[in-house]
This record gives sequence, C-alpha cells and structure tokens, in this order.
Amino acid sequence: MNAPAYNFAYLDEQTKRMIRRAILKAIAIPGYQVPFASREMPMPYGWGTGGVQVTAAILGPDDVLKVIDQGSDDTTNAISIRKFFGKTAGVATTTATADATVIQTRHRIPEAPLHAGQVLVYQVPIPEPLRFLEPRETETRRMHALGEYGLMHVKLYEDIARFGHIATSYAYPVKVNARYVMDPSPTPKFDNPKMDNCPALQLFGAGREKRIYAIPPHTDVVSLDFEDHPFTRYRFDAPCALCGAGDSYLDEIVTDDKGGRMFVCSDTDYCESRQQAGHRGSESAAPHKERAHG
Amino acid sequence: MAEPHNTMQDDQPLLIAEHLGKNYGRLTACRDVSFALYPGEVLAIVGESGSGKSTLLQLLSAQLAPSAGHVSYRMRDGVLRDLAALGEAERRFLFRTDWGYVHQDPAQGLRMAVSAGANVGERLMAVGWNHYGRIRDSASSWLERVEIDTARIDDAPRTYSGGMRQRLQIARNLVTEPRLVFMDEPTGGLDVSVQARLLDLMRNLVSELGLAAIVVTHDLAVARLLSHRVMVMKGGRVIETGLTDQVLDDPREPYTQLLVSSILPA
Repeated sequence: MNAPAYNFAYLDEQTKRMIRRAILKAIAIPGYQVPFASREMPMPYGWGTGGVQVTAAILGPDDVLKVIDQGSDDTTNAISIRKFFGKTAGVATTTATADATVIQTRHRIPEAPLHAGQVLVYQVPIPEPLRFLEPRETETRRMHALGEYGLMHVKLYEDIARFGHIATSYAYPVKVNARYVMDPSPTPKFDNPKMDNCPALQLFGAGREKRIYAIPPHTDVVSLDFEDHPFTRYRFDAPCALCGAGDSYLDEIVTDDKGGRMFVCSDTDYCESRQQAGHRGSESAAPHKERAHG
Repeated sequence: MAEPHNTMQDDQPLLIAEHLGKNYGRLTACRDVSFALYPGEVLAIVGESGSGKSTLLQLLSAQLAPSAGHVSYRMRDGVLRDLAALGEAERRFLFRTDWGYVHQDPAQGLRMAVSAGANVGERLMAVGWNHYGRIRDSASSWLERVEIDTARIDDAPRTYSGGMRQRLQIARNLVTEPRLVFMDEPTGGLDVSVQARLLDLMRNLVSELGLAAIVVTHDLAVARLLSHRVMVMKGGRVIETGLTDQVLDDPREPYTQLLVSSILPA
C-alpha cells in the first residue's frame, strides 16, 4: 500500500483543525482578527501563505477552485497556487467565477456577482488597518476592543488635507457589522461596495502576521468617510479596450515608449467571457488574425 | 497669581486624592498624599527630581494604580467616581474628553508624522465628529488661539520649533474643552523667552476657559505665574502646602526655604 506523499491539500489534519477553529471564531465575530498558528508553507511570505492555509483548511474533494492574482487567472502566482492544490488535493480547478466554489484572490473581487455557497479567500499582507498610525500591537488591540476608531479618520483627514480628496485608493478601511474596523486587504476601493451584503462567505488570511478574519454572508460592510467627503469608487474613465465593458475595474497597460497605453479589464475571466459573448473593444483583434500572428 | 477664578465658588471639589501612596517594591515613591482640587483651580506640585512629583501625577491621572488610597473625580454629570472603579473604556474616554495631559516632551503627546490640523482634530474625530470642514475649522481656530500661524495647519509637527510643538500640544488637549489638565514640566527644555510666552499663553487660556490644572514643575517661577496653590514634595511626601504667594514668599519648612533661596536672582 502506498502512503500518499502529502495529506489531502498539503496541511496535516491537526493544522487544518486549528485553522478551522480560527475561521469559525472569525465568522462568529465579523471583522475581528483572530490569531492563529500560521505554518511555514512551501512559498515565501508575501506570496499568499495566509490565503493558501485558509484554502487548504476549507477545501474538500468536491470543491472547484479558482485562483486569481490582481483579477487575473494566468499570472505566475495564480497558476502556481492553482497547480499546488491540483497536485496536493486533486480538486477540480476552473477560471470561471460562477463555477468555482472556492476562490482564492489577491487584490481583487471578481466582477461577476458571487453567489451563496461560494467562499472568497483573500491573501492579506498587513491585517491591521491602524498599523501605520499606531505601531504598538498592544495599543491597536485595545483600540479594537474598545471601538476607538478616531485614528482611522485621522488617516482620511490627512488625505484630504494633502490631496483635497480621500486619496486612499486601495486597502480602504471598512467597518464590518457596525463594530470592527477592518482592512479589506489591498483590494482597490472600487471593490469595497461588493463586500457589503455579499451572499458569499469572505475569509481573510494573513500568513506572516498570523491573523484570520472574516465577513459572513449578508453582513453590513461600510467604507469609512466624512459627511462632506463621502466614499467614492474609482475607475479609469474608459471602456475596456478588449471587451468594451464600461463597468469593470481596469488595468492600465503601457504599450510603447511614446505614451501609448490601453485600458483592459483586470478580471480576465470577466473580459474573456464578454469577448466570447461577442463584445468587442477598440483594440480587440479578430480571432483569425490573432492566430496568424501567433 | 491673580484672583481666583469665579468657578472657584463651585463648592464641590473636582478631584479628591485620599491618602495616596505608591511603592515600587521596597521603594516608596509617594506616600499619604491627600488634597482636593476645585474647578478652575491651578495646583502646582514642586520639588526636586526624585521627590515623587511625576509618580503622583500619574496616580492622579489614573495612569498608575496606587498602592494605597484612592482618587475620585467629579464627572460631567456631577457624580463623584473612584477612578480605580472606572472601566478602561470610561477611563480612556475621560482621558480624551474631559482631561488633558501635556507632556514635557511634545513628541510623546503629539503624532509627529501627521499634520498639525489632524493632531488637533484627532480628539474630535475620536468623539465622533464626522465632518471634515468643521473639524478643520475647529483645528484652525485652536491654532490661532495658541498663536500658531494657520498657514502651517498642514505641516507635520516635526517641522515645528520646540515652543510651537508645545503650543500645538496644548491646542490638541484643549480642543474637547476639558475641565482638568495635567501638565508635566510643560516648559522644560524651552529657552527663557519661549518659556515666558508659553506661560503667558497658558495663564490666559486657563483663566479664559476656567480650567482646573495640576502642574508638576521644578521651576518655582512657573508655579508662581500659573498656580493658585502649591504643594511642596520631598522624598515622596507633601511637606508643605498653601497659597502660592504664601508658600513662596514665606516658606515655613527648611526644605522649602532652601528651594526658594536656590532661585538665581534675575
């Protein structure tokens, strides 16, 4: 009898149990950062060790996994994590948002609306929203415990004083369930409204900082702001050059050294499925032409 | 100093210390200190280094738990509460609303990397102000009151001079209109002309706002200019207490006589 080289989904069962406990606690207290005994993973910190551990702990044999990095399914990080679980868990993988049951993400929430039963796993570099203003961990924990969040507005105040508007464009602080202020990981603030009242479960894993937090389905998530400077989404004022979408979050791609640039959807799955449905943008090549060049 | 402020007529004390003591192991930093502070009254605690002044200030402001005795404070609703019995949330709330604390080193009391406006506005945001324009107006009017050029509202205090930092720290503390301010050597480390200006400013603010204050200082000139009453400490005990003029002009205890006579003639 051959013993498998790895346990299902890489982590041993005791570790998964520990992580699941942390996840359950995080779900019970939305937005609260639960410490957990983060493990060494076969990848460097900063590459999604927290997200990978959360995914490993919740993955079952019937799950369908999608991994995105900045919205894209085909960057190095996304491909290697997808392959990692393909190999260690043998689960089905997909790039289609609607087909996935578990989506691990770095820096984006997919454009296609998530549905009940899906789990979105975020990779988080720095879970503490107050960190850059208050370096002491003992103090930030106390501030969370007592709900003292004046400092968060100091950061937004500084933005307005310096730039005339709230210039924080990613990792934009939110208040979860009217209690804890939370860092939504470095997603663009364009994605913040998608977290509010989302039917999918959202889990956040920070491997180096050893924290897990969560937003249960249908939870209120409010972006912080001032009465006279309300929260606004930001997106480049252009349609996607490939699929023509006017509502998606765009990446700016520099195309030459003469100032040429194009804007394309950051969510590759969204963009491709729109192109398949026949939508065209200003720069999209006809399919046969593309083949001739390749 | 001048006549006692009219709020002194309030017959209810604001803060009462009863037999306060603090030991660090076998070392007694402070023992058997009792007094009552009335609204609008400025009390100076003087004494040389190591006499227990700073420990006493920390005990009074509930930053240290006393080994003996207790401190009670009359809250805004008029109820006298034992500070040790307050929850941490209440204590911290008190600290950023009804109290001020001016540190000797402004870097301890300010956020050096954020703008002056945000430094002053922080307490307002902490009590739920959510309107940028109003926070900024309030911050700039406080900068004016402490004689800081409002054009520098967006500069970080690390670009400020020592005297400006100290004035900014005072503005930051007074913005929520506290009733009691603790000051730990507020003029320490400033040169004489800047000290004089700061003292003048503090004296005006204290009498305008009817603040009660407890000022710890080793500088008898500060005590004479600011305070109504003086407490002289030595070896953790209060050895003499009385009206400022009375203590400084006619000291009773030999140690106080020594302190007073060690002032260099101007």
